[in-house]
Amino acid sequence: MTTMTIAKAINEGLRATLNNNPRTLLMGEDIGPLGGVYRVTDGLIGEFGADRVVDTPLAESGIIGTAIGLALSGYLPVCEIQFDGFVFPGFNQITTQLAKMHARSNGNLTVPVVIRIPYGGGIGSIEHHSESPEALFAHTAGLRIITPSNPHDAYWMIQQAVDCQDPVIVFEPKRRYWLKGDVDTESPGASADPFKAHVLREGTDATVAAYGPLVPVALAAATAAAEDGHSVEVIDLRSISPIDFDTVTESVKKTGRLVVAHEAPTFGGIGGEIAARVSERAFLSLEAPVIRVGGFHMPYPVAKVEEDYLPDIDRILEALDRALAY
Amino acid sequence: MGATHLPATEFDGTGVDDQLEAEAEAVLGEPPTQMVQLLGPDGTLGEDPVFSAYADRLDADKLRGFYADMAAIRRFDQEATALQRQGQLALWVPLTGQEAAQIGSGRASQPQDYIFPTYREHGVALTRNVDLAELLRQFRGVSNGGWNPKDTNFHLYTLVLAAQTPHAVGYAMGIQRDQKLAAANATPGQPQEPKAAVMVYFGDGASSEGDVHESMVFASSYNAPVVFFCQNNHWAISVPSTVQTRVPLADRAKGYGFPGIRVDGNDVIAVHAVTEWALERAREGKSPVLIEAFTYRVGAHTTADDPTKYRGSDEEAQWRAKDPLERLEKYLRAENLADDDFFAKVKADGDELAAYVRKTTHDLETPDIRTAFANTYAEAHPLVAEELAWFEEYSAGFADESETVEADTDGAANR
Repeated sequence: MTTMTIAKAINEGLRATLNNNPRTLLMGEDIGPLGGVYRVTDGLIGEFGADRVVDTPLAESGIIGTAIGLALSGYLPVCEIQFDGFVFPGFNQITTQLAKMHARSNGNLTVPVVIRIPYGGGIGSIEHHSESPEALFAHTAGLRIITPSNPHDAYWMIQQAVDCQDPVIVFEPKRRYWLKGDVDTESPGASADPFKAHVLREGTDATVAAYGPLVPVALAAATAAAEDGHSVEVIDLRSISPIDFDTVTESVKKTGRLVVAHEAPTFGGIGGEIAARVSERAFLSLEAPVIRVGGFHMPYPVAKVEEDYLPDIDRILEALDRALAY
Repeated sequence: MGATHLPATEFDGTGVDDQLEAEAEAVLGEPPTQMVQLLGPDGTLGEDPVFSAYADRLDADKLRGFYADMAAIRRFDQEATALQRQGQLALWVPLTGQEAAQIGSGRASQPQDYIFPTYREHGVALTRNVDLAELLRQFRGVSNGGWNPKDTNFHLYTLVLAAQTPHAVGYAMGIQRDQKLAAANATPGQPQEPKAAVMVYFGDGASSEGDVHESMVFASSYNAPVVFFCQNNHWAISVPSTVQTRVPLADRAKGYGFPGIRVDGNDVIAVHAVTEWALERAREGKSPVLIEAFTYRVGAHTTADDPTKYRGSDEEAQWRAKDPLERLEKYLRAENLADDDFFAKVKADGDELAAYVRKTTHDLETPDIRTAFANTYAEAHPLVAEELAWFEEYSAGFADESETVEADTDGAANR
């Protein structure tokens, strides 16, 4: 076991995959000598050279598009998109090309491209640097989407993404990059399957499902609820596409109440999808409607008011109160 | 690669072309890139200080082969158009007029090269040994890509314009790395793999897409072994090339720092020469190249298009006079390289190909939607599995009409 931050864990995970497979390469803006704006690729260009840690021109469509070509020629590219809000110039390549290539080739071609995107708010940044666009990608068949909430998952998930034959987007919770935790670099243990949700805290009265940056918030809310005598189960979804509905449904059948929390706007979001699936699978177990906690239907607001936008402990507790009182 | 050594083959194109070139010269202060032409519309072979050497490599067999290929793909094009008119294809994208651009460039490629087409490159597909009946799967609606690109190094058609251009550059970056790895692992005396390059096709319309710009920036930055082959067929559906560019497209290469060459796209000998030169240059790692093949889409954009709405028949007639097949036929006959028997056989072969394509199209099987479930992901996916299971159960309810009501009730309960 080693203690490290999420940023360092991803750095070590990338180092491991570069060492393990000579066909892995990294590409993105400023990922070379600078080590990326968040230093996630720090030191890697010195170890692996400029052919495997590629500073690219400032062009997101070009990054994703050339990564597709590299994958078609047998390489395993890991692209860094500098910030969530800057993925959209590459959106066409991701949705019309990357996601569909395997299907439209009748399974003859695979494009194992990994896209790393730092996402979410809470860092006091200027516009386009705090967004949570995961639902836009989850709606696209052919992509897989995972998001770590702790260093151990971060270390293993990036390697599992590279090993996967399908394209994988790894949404990295940027405001948790400096969150420390234990990492077992010898074995993934319970994190062997990146597409499986984890029950982080068991409870009997209600379930909170969250992912990425809101997992620590959900855990804190459960601790606060316990002081009021409510036993709250907390699930870290870990994967947004596919979603591990089995784990969520099993929990709801036990607790009867579900709150889903994410930073992304609730409308058309992951929470709505989970609410619909749970109502189909466990309708008779539900003691209350599934309640969503998320961003509002507005462009991500200016930094000075983002605390009013972002779900926090109180917002999750308020939702739990509503579910428990129903 | 400057323009100075190129022949002063004044292009007798449309008035608009000439006017645009004059405007470009006035703005740029220098003459735009001149057009390489070897075989003129009258069937006489001209000279070029660089490219005549490439033309000299062509023996009679090769030249007859070019003609046979162009005639075959034109016959195929007619047959596919007819199949669409008869309701056998949902849509067809005709290539007539662009045979020399496609056969000349495709025949210049080597088996180890990798080709990214747009969606009109049926002639290039022929040169890459793609089964032309397989090509029709996409247009019959039974597949989104009817052939395995790994068999022929001819990628699937891409319908989102220019989206394949960065794929080509990325593939070329992969070739670069392969070559470095091979060189590092090479043992003396062992034969080396032939060097490869990538060629990507797009049109004057797609040249306006941002992906072309980003691709050329990446290609230049990494000196990727890629040839950009732009067929300027003068029309992006109904919009003329003058709306896409005010300078010859080949001149744009200067801005990226690699050579750009405009070639007479209806001259199969010049297209072949220029493409061989460009691919050799790319394979040797000297630089990417942009080729602008100056040609014309004689027919409609697709079978759903009506060119009479946006262009005059006089313009079409002007370009029909520059027909790529007619000029090569004139040359072959004048040089006694082909006789009536040859042309009769080419026609018979074309009819045979058309009959094969017609029969195969009728026989193309409709796929089971289960293949779409199977091919959405490469690895097992729980949501796909769940939806497939539901679909199987739902479909089973129709197996026997008498059980339909009961099965539907069960299905609803299980959902």
